[in-house]
Amino acid sequence: MNHILNAFFIGFKEIWAHKFRSLLTMLGIILGVASLVGMSALVKGMENGMREALVAVGGLEKVRIEENDLPASQQHLADQAVGVTMADVYAIQRNADLIRSVTPEMRMRDALMTHGSKTYNSWYFAGTWPSALDMNQHVVQYGRMFNEVDDENARNVCVIGTAARDALFGSPDETGKEIIPIGEKVNIKGEVFTIIGMFEHYESEQDAKKRELAKLQPVTGNTNAPTRQKSMFGRKGGNSTSYIFTWKNSTIYIPLNTMWLKFRSAAGSNNIPDPRLSSLSVKVRDVNNLDPTIRQLRNVLMLTHHGIEDFAVQTQEDWADRINSAIRNARLSGGIISIISLLVGGIGIMNIMLASITERIREIGIRKAIGATYSDIFIQILVESVVIAIIGGAAGLVASMGLVGVLGVISAAENTPVITVSSLMLAFSFSAGVGVLAGLIPAFKAAKLDPIQALRYE
Amino acid sequence: MALVELRNVSKIYHLGGEEIRALDDVSLDIGAGEFISIIGPSGSGKSTLMHILGCLDKPSRGTMKLDGIAIEKASSAQLAHVRNQKIGFVFQFFNLLPKLNVLQNVELPMVYSGKNATERRDHAVEALKMVGLENRMKHRPMQLSGGQQQRVAIARALVNNPKIVFADEPTGNLDSKTGETILALFKQLSEEGRTIALVTHDDAIAARTPRRIEIRDGKIANFQNPVGQA
Repeated sequence: MNHILNAFFIGFKEIWAHKFRSLLTMLGIILGVASLVGMSALVKGMENGMREALVAVGGLEKVRIEENDLPASQQHLADQAVGVTMADVYAIQRNADLIRSVTPEMRMRDALMTHGSKTYNSWYFAGTWPSALDMNQHVVQYGRMFNEVDDENARNVCVIGTAARDALFGSPDETGKEIIPIGEKVNIKGEVFTIIGMFEHYESEQDAKKRELAKLQPVTGNTNAPTRQKSMFGRKGGNSTSYIFTWKNSTIYIPLNTMWLKFRSAAGSNNIPDPRLSSLSVKVRDVNNLDPTIRQLRNVLMLTHHGIEDFAVQTQEDWADRINSAIRNARLSGGIISIISLLVGGIGIMNIMLASITERIREIGIRKAIGATYSDIFIQILVESVVIAIIGGAAGLVASMGLVGVLGVISAAENTPVITVSSLMLAFSFSAGVGVLAGLIPAFKAAKLDPIQALRYE
Repeated sequence: MALVELRNVSKIYHLGGEEIRALDDVSLDIGAGEFISIIGPSGSGKSTLMHILGCLDKPSRGTMKLDGIAIEKASSAQLAHVRNQKIGFVFQFFNLLPKLNVLQNVELPMVYSGKNATERRDHAVEALKMVGLENRMKHRPMQLSGGQQQRVAIARALVNNPKIVFADEPTGNLDSKTGETILALFKQLSEEGRTIALVTHDDAIAARTPRRIEIRDGKIANFQNPVGQA
């Protein structure tokens, strides 16, 4: 132990004696560690952005049931298929105890909304229950959500997303103020609806930052300053998850009964009322118990559907899996690049250690003559290499903080990079490991020097 | 039993298929407390003899015992231990480490014998007092004169209290006056009871030691005072 401590001491002195050379050598490790930490911070930021979007659509505990084509073996029963109906909703409520809540949804595609001369066609116009608020992670910022009484009485009320407000009343970017259209009347397919509530403006952390930045920029006659994204395909479109927020902002909810009585009951083919739900969403009690829950759900539905499998159960798991695999890939490729750069740093250390022992052949000879063993010399050189690497590693951690700060500033519109403790520890232990690897060959060369030859060396 | 016992020792090098006998069947005893010189022209094999006596090298043939330890059978780690504990070296070119100060240079052998810091310091200061350099402890070797550097080297050789001190041309790099003081120091150490072997090519220096061993062509050519009385 004393030996090793002493070797560390000698190592520090040796590095201090060649400050500039050691600094240059360390630079490789510093950059390697900084890039490893920076890469992992970027990936973490990306991951956070993706998870944010996953939560915005209801999280993992939300499961959707939609009408689906029959499997090939049941094609002959196609005319018996009833689709997803309210019967399913009540059956699930009664029988599936692993389900926390159920929300039916009846959507309509051609719901043109008009207010004065302005029109808006929502991506997502749906009749639903008040529980949709919780199901789809909506927050009513102004006014209120419709309640059971509104639904019972099939009142013409609606709760809108900010995209509808922007289109019909003007967006804050255009008008310079937040218009709250609560109490305003709008016309939807000939029916007059009262707006009773408006959701908050949903955006990813990334988009929020973009908007903040745009605000900070001086308005030098540039009138087409960045505005909120209005369309799914509009502009260059940020990252792959921002459409989630666009879609969410265009939401318009009306009570389910209103939808049924005012639009659906008369809209079926040949004026036969169409009782089918567009989808129904359920929230599971325990996400960790997802598979049994899905089985239970399926059993209940198979009963109400008389064994005809005309529905599909969709979980967000696939999406979560996609996120995970995207993260894994990003981490892997970034990790490989960073580790290569760390290895290059290690080669730099090895190079300098080889040069250093050539300079010190005589010193090694003297040390051996007065009693240093093979392992004494081996440990001394190895420790020197490790000391360079860990000083470089520690400096790299400090540098990575700066690097991530700079990354955050220059790519301010991207997801904020997040430094994790585990990435710091990983990078540091890697740098120490690289130091050991880089020191092995020089240490071996130095330790096996013959003292007589070494003492003669000029 | 003699401190060092060399029996029929040969050192053979192979150079391009040719066999070179740097030492050829040498037998030699050095008793405790002796002050001897090993003399010979360059290429005579005296350096090889010193390397073997100093446990820096092992004989190709024959046996050698130092303080009862069979050197020809020892591993390199054991040899390092023997060099550390039982042998002190003084070289022609001093061989101090330029980056360490005088005190640290003298402490160095004790670093490898695992002594703790306070012990190291005490012994090193003691050894430096012996050579009269206790007021130069914080100096770097380069700040000292040649004679002073050699005295630091002698202090380093003595610091682990070795059984025998080997000095390889210790005055070879010094002017005659300084060389004289170094020889006087060796004489004084010998009088204090230490075993010292001087390797030199200079007859005048060899004449100062009670016992003289002359090497020629790898063999011992001439014994003077073979019993080795001081």
